[in-house]
Amino acid sequence: MTDAASIVKHADQAAEHAVELRLLSHPTYLAGARELVSGISRRLGFDDKGSGQIALAVDEALANIINHGYQRAPDRPIWIKLWSEAGPGLAGVRIVVEDEAPHVDVAKICGRDLEDVKPGGLGVHIIKEVMDSAEYSTRDPVGMRLTMVKHLNDTHAPCPDGPAPMDTPANG
Amino acid sequence: MDEPTDITITTEQRGDACVLFPVGDIDLSRSPVLRASMKTALDDKPQRLVIELSGVSYMDSSGVATLVEAMQLSRKAGVGLVLCSLTERVQSIFEIARLEQVFTITDDLDGALAT
Repeated sequence: MTDAASIVKHADQAAEHAVELRLLSHPTYLAGARELVSGISRRLGFDDKGSGQIALAVDEALANIINHGYQRAPDRPIWIKLWSEAGPGLAGVRIVVEDEAPHVDVAKICGRDLEDVKPGGLGVHIIKEVMDSAEYSTRDPVGMRLTMVKHLNDTHAPCPDGPAPMDTPANG
Repeated sequence: MDEPTDITITTEQRGDACVLFPVGDIDLSRSPVLRASMKTALDDKPQRLVIELSGVSYMDSSGVATLVEAMQLSRKAGVGLVLCSLTERVQSIFEIARLEQVFTITDDLDGALAT
């Protein structure tokens, strides 16, 4: 199998084993979502700092949806999908956060100027700072999607006493 | 919307300073509680408002926004605002937001009271 084919196969396996969480747009659920994402990230091999950063990025994404996408309506759906990334130099985690909020121009989604110190406007900046990539897109026919990826450092081994990573053939 | 209040905030008077001791994660659901406590403290017009953050292991941008708001209100009221005892994670988010030079931050409460 070529390297490229191997990567595709790993990606397919990872997609099959994605974790998906549906929650309502109420701030009460933020802490639980953070704990879930942080726990899975640790199992995938991220250390405390890395898993904390991933949980922070998800928290900021959810808070933006609650505040801006849904205008604080507490009963709208949000989906978090998470799976491991595989392949040489690509190991890590991919997280997709989706909602049913009205479409916005993705080119206009950006953090505020950090020199202009004022309350708010930091969420997008934080997400882009702590993740390796973060891209917004629109869903059809309604809703927004944020796809975030963070790669593992080679020095971080998966938790030895944890379950097999979600993308291993043992789980496939 | 009902907001959970599983954060505790103790207020103490230390000399001419009012010191707040929040304990718990500060996110979108809890930052309104911190905001209310800070506004109450500022209403008494202390010479200094100190926020001791050793009990806060997690803070997101809503918590940071609350502290930026406190800084602006403090300046307007002529009250000195000092943050102290930041945990590593909270320190990290201040660095990401490039706010560590904007606030007066000390390592511990003694340092905050000595400013």
